[in-house]
Amino acid sequence: MIKFLLQGLLRDKSRSHLPIMVVAVGVMLSVFMHAYITGIMNDTIEMNAAFSYGHVKVLTKGYADNMSQFPNDMALDNTDVLVANLKKQLPNIEWVERIQFGGLIDVPNDKGETVAQGPVIGIGIDLFGKETTETKRLRIHESMVEGRMPSKPSEILVSNDFAKKLGIQMGNTVTLMASTMYGGMAYQNFVVVGTVSFGVQVLDRGTIIADIQDVRDALDMDNASGEILGFFSQGYYSDKEADKAKSIFYAQQDNVSIQDEFTPILLTFREQGDMGTFVDLSHSMGAIITFVFIIAMSIVLWNAGLLGGIRRYGEFGVRLAMGETKHHVFASLLYESFFVGIIGSIIGTAFGLLFAWLLQEYGLDMSDEMKGSSMMMPTVLKARITMADYYIGFIPGIFSTLLGAALAGIGIYKRKTSQLFKELEA
Amino acid sequence: MNNDIIINIQQLVKRFPIGKGEFTALKGITTSFRKGEFAGLIGPSGSGKTTLLNIIGSLDMPSEGEVTVLDVSVGSLTAKQAALLRKEKLGFIFQSYNLLQVHTVFENVEFPLLLLHYNASERKKMVMEALDWVGLTDKAQSKPSQLSGGECQRVAIARAMVKKPVLVLADEPTANLDATNSHTILRTMEKLNKELQTTFIFATHDEKVISYLHRKVFLDDGYIVKDEWVKND
Ligand SMILES: Nc1ncnc2c1ncn2[C@@H]1O[C@H](COP(=O)(O)OP(=O)(O)OP(=O)(O)O)[C@@H](O)[C@H]1O
Ligand SMILES: [Mg+2]
Repeated sequence: MIKFLLQGLLRDKSRSHLPIMVVAVGVMLSVFMHAYITGIMNDTIEMNAAFSYGHVKVLTKGYADNMSQFPNDMALDNTDVLVANLKKQLPNIEWVERIQFGGLIDVPNDKGETVAQGPVIGIGIDLFGKETTETKRLRIHESMVEGRMPSKPSEILVSNDFAKKLGIQMGNTVTLMASTMYGGMAYQNFVVVGTVSFGVQVLDRGTIIADIQDVRDALDMDNASGEILGFFSQGYYSDKEADKAKSIFYAQQDNVSIQDEFTPILLTFREQGDMGTFVDLSHSMGAIITFVFIIAMSIVLWNAGLLGGIRRYGEFGVRLAMGETKHHVFASLLYESFFVGIIGSIIGTAFGLLFAWLLQEYGLDMSDEMKGSSMMMPTVLKARITMADYYIGFIPGIFSTLLGAALAGIGIYKRKTSQLFKELEA
Repeated sequence: MNNDIIINIQQLVKRFPIGKGEFTALKGITTSFRKGEFAGLIGPSGSGKTTLLNIIGSLDMPSEGEVTVLDVSVGSLTAKQAALLRKEKLGFIFQSYNLLQVHTVFENVEFPLLLLHYNASERKKMVMEALDWVGLTDKAQSKPSQLSGGECQRVAIARAMVKKPVLVLADEPTANLDATNSHTILRTMEKLNKELQTTFIFATHDEKVISYLHRKVFLDDGYIVKDEWVKND
């Protein structure tokens, strides 16, 4: 009997080829979309983590309360000890110190007269450390537009757009005006040796990147850091790792008796900004895509099934006349569609993975299309194939064929047996 | 011919709902058929031939009255029991053959045997025997689309006969056939009727079919108007 059904299925192209193609295309799109959106979301998460939030971040409670204003008067003190402790406590996390600050850049002429001025956001990172991972993390080499990397103290990078606006040439000395950790005014000269463009407007509007030691000197932040960012050795953010880190971090802090606004706290990526919503969204993406494709494909297959089914009422009539039950005919329809669903899903998953892989390996440069974006999003779109992509397509693939066939097959029950013949005799 | 009654119909009424009202297609039919009959329901279009045949074949249910086929009451059968009756005891032949187009002649004839769970070698033997009855052993691997109308109807006869049913119901089996083919398939059925004692009931208004019948049951407007025995051997 199964052989009989399969023979019918394989020989009747409208019964197998079309539905298999529909399923394959739908599954391919679901798999590809899933990998693609996972890629975008993960890249976005990683980019935000790299530039601002870390996978986890250690900072003072007071700093955390006004994080967006970089309140360096609330910065962490004695960070050499703190970092050493963190490294011991949580060795699977890479810890890097950062100072972010706001200020004004003054571009003087040869005589020291101001030619141009503009507000900047500064990031002090470890630029010169022998084993620094920061330049790679921030993709500074890839983002260079002009000039070269800073190679000694007092050399900085500025956003390319900002440099153009202010007429800064490579080698120019500029003056940073900012407030020190203690609230005084800070003036520090820097030499601009290169420009960068990250392709993200928030970063390209006016950012300077300096070595953290230079920033400490400028802002009177000896052995202090605004933030200590932690990055997981697995290379990507996960709530599980973050929660683990958090509990280990606080387990030790229980011993500390005085807790005030200078007490270091640990924030996970999702606890900062709107990142929690974003992480949640990235998790539900698979479910959302699967759901959308189940609905869409079911409707297509239902209609295909209806057409095929009506065409087949004659066949059903004969089979019923020969003594098959309606249940059996209906079940055989479901078997057929299950088979179609499996085959279509396999083909679709293969193609979906192939296209996702191409996008994962080669990426799609969208920097022109994304000009002016205010969200920190990567400009090179890359898919990311995860385990889920190997099976996620089967859910809409099989579910929608079954649903489509079931809906179309209800006609068998709705019609009287003798009526099925009427339609076939006509 | 023996006198076993295999179909007994008492005061059969069949009504169909039409819109809000209903239409009475059979208005009180009482008759019976015995094993081995070669009988026909004859009458003008709309007289109720197909309706009566469908009820005998348990494809449709009586509205009133009692219809007993092979000792079971059609009116009280569940869908499953009706399917079982059809599967084991009945064969159908239709005006438009209704062969499964994607399957070969062999597979079409084999299908009823699949439902009855015969094993492969039994099936092969029985299918080839049935194709032999209708003279189509050489077409076993053909598709219905490669056959003439007459050949298709002979395949349909083989399919109806392969399980050696007690009763074969044939609704206008010659309507799509020319005279030569009509006579061929009628002679085939006549032969099977004699050799296997299979009961045949036709619904027809084709003179060629009528000339072969041993019994003619005339229907008009839902009533039996005449019941005539032609030959009695
Ligand atoms: N499902 C149905 N619903 C409503 N009316 C029906 C239905 N089936 C049959 N009828 C009506 O019952 C009457 C008898 O129909 P039936 O098909 O038995 O006629 P018939 O004698 O086989 O005619 P023909 O020679 O044209 O095949 C017809 O008037 C037909 O319109
Ligand atoms: Mg009829």
